Amino acid sequence: MMAEESRKSRPRFKKRSLLYSDSRFGRFRRWREKLIELLLFLSAFASVAITFMIGFILIVESIEFFKVVSIWEFLTDTEWTPLFAEPRYGILVLLSGTVVTSFVALAVAIPIGSIVAIYLSEYASSRVREAVKPVLELLSAVPTVVYGYFALLFITPLLQRLNDEIPGFNMLSAGLAMGIMIIPYVSSLSEDAMRAVPMYLREGSYAMGATRLQTALKVVFPAAFSGITAAYILAISRAVGETMIVAIAAGLQPNLTFNPLDSASTITSYIVQVTLGDLPHGSIGYQTIFAAGLTLMCVTLFFNVLGHYLRRRFREIY
Amino acid sequence: MDRVDHIVRRSRFFDAFFAVVGGLILVAVLIVLFVLIGDLFYRGFDRINWQFLTSFPSRFAERAGILSALVGSILVLIVTAVCSIPLGIAAGLYLEEYAPKNRLTALIEINISNLASVPSIIYGLMALGLFVYKLNLGQSILAAGLTLGLLVLPIVIVTTREAIRSVPQHIREAAFAVGATKWQVVRDHVLPYSSGGIMTGVIIALSRAIGETAPLVTIGALTFISFLPSPPLTPEPPFISFKWLMDPFAVLPIQMFNWISRPQEGFHVNAAAVGVVILIITLGMNAAAILIRWRFRRRIKW
Repeated sequence: MMAEESRKSRPRFKKRSLLYSDSRFGRFRRWREKLIELLLFLSAFASVAITFMIGFILIVESIEFFKVVSIWEFLTDTEWTPLFAEPRYGILVLLSGTVVTSFVALAVAIPIGSIVAIYLSEYASSRVREAVKPVLELLSAVPTVVYGYFALLFITPLLQRLNDEIPGFNMLSAGLAMGIMIIPYVSSLSEDAMRAVPMYLREGSYAMGATRLQTALKVVFPAAFSGITAAYILAISRAVGETMIVAIAAGLQPNLTFNPLDSASTITSYIVQVTLGDLPHGSIGYQTIFAAGLTLMCVTLFFNVLGHYLRRRFREIY
Repeated sequence: MDRVDHIVRRSRFFDAFFAVVGGLILVAVLIVLFVLIGDLFYRGFDRINWQFLTSFPSRFAERAGILSALVGSILVLIVTAVCSIPLGIAAGLYLEEYAPKNRLTALIEINISNLASVPSIIYGLMALGLFVYKLNLGQSILAAGLTLGLLVLPIVIVTTREAIRSVPQHIREAAFAVGATKWQVVRDHVLPYSSGGIMTGVIIALSRAIGETAPLVTIGALTFISFLPSPPLTPEPPFISFKWLMDPFAVLPIQMFNWISRPQEGFHVNAAAVGVVILIITLGMNAAAILIRWRFRRRIKW
């Protein structure tokens, strides 16, 4: 009787004393944990797959293009007429449009955005800052097609009132609208970087008798330079990759010019122009947009790498 | 002594000067932005009426409406949400809770921050090559939704990670101490406590998807469409149909783009009206996101 009872209870006791994970339920749990971890890992890895697909598609279609057009011709020709009877493929023409519109946009956004950031971070009372920051962030949510509308139907007529020789489509108004669009990005990110500079640096500066402006420009700004660079680089990528504003307001004629009052097509607006039409899949015209896209990708990649380098070079550690 | 006095006076002058000029520039920026938006509302708001919301596009500006674009935007947004929300939250969870510190994790992290700065039109080109032609999805709602889903994925991942990071470590330790497995900790504690932040991020990501135009133009969204996609509910069994996924579509920002590009004044009014609709939707969603964040922050006290 006693022996029987102990035999019965022994395995139960043994089971309990063993690690929970050896039971069948425990094994199921461990298996489920592994499966979930794998699924989560695959989701995270999907982002790498996306990058890979972007590169793969751009390069595969561009290779087809470069079989017909030499890279030398692509980079040095001064005409861009891929849909004409005698096609010419000079990406410089589209690049000039991208450079001019981006330059106008950055000439507006970087100084104004930086001044607003310095003001908000160093001068404004915390109540003003708390009120203005969400508004600026809200404004950066305005879709770009709406800014395109502003550029074509508000800024261009305004410019034409000042000088009636300005054409209806011009890079200046597209660039200005783009600049206004980018200001919130620059000011918000720069302000974050400047707020992150520790107070004792400012206090040290004030103790030496410096004014707020001197402290902002000579202590806070250099200390936050790494973060401010990140803001500027983001602004550049936004400007270079911006599509709808230029497609709406800058005109769609390929035009090798550096005069912002001209109308010209950019890399992005060329892609829009082609895809709005009906180009057959696999034709050389269809492949031009991938070659143009690859160029755009290289330009943004260059700025990203540059930003990465500058951030590391100028990072201040407190 | 005079020299020092001079320097001090000059420095003080520049300081006061900047305080005034900086404030004026800030006010000027806000005024410009509000004038632009106010102008859009002024020109377009009166055009929004029942007829405008329930009519198809037309050759005549005053008879045109945005029904097909509105329905298209909603359907594309559904696909975007279904594709980006689970994937983005799962990726964020992995990177915050599971990922070991190694090269692969570093690669994934760098990759996500780089993806966020890829111009949206590049996603459009990728989708054109991959979804439309290689996978043969055609110029469909499904292809558009997937494109936008991939486009906003980095936003969902980044905001999910921020939300998860704000859950204090001692909550996890307490759960582990009573024998919870990692997934139980995540499911029962980390996710519920960070749901406010995650929801905020998802809404902001989706509001970005609504206004996104360039990638959808690239994959070939239609600008003039006078029929609706097939209905998702059918009278015969099995009652649910997914045929709409493969239908062609138009979306609100593309409708606006199309109307801006026309020379007639009437269409410009229509464009402004669509712009008002888009702005109300995106700014409304962003305001909702801010509100949710604020509510959750107030409710949870660690």
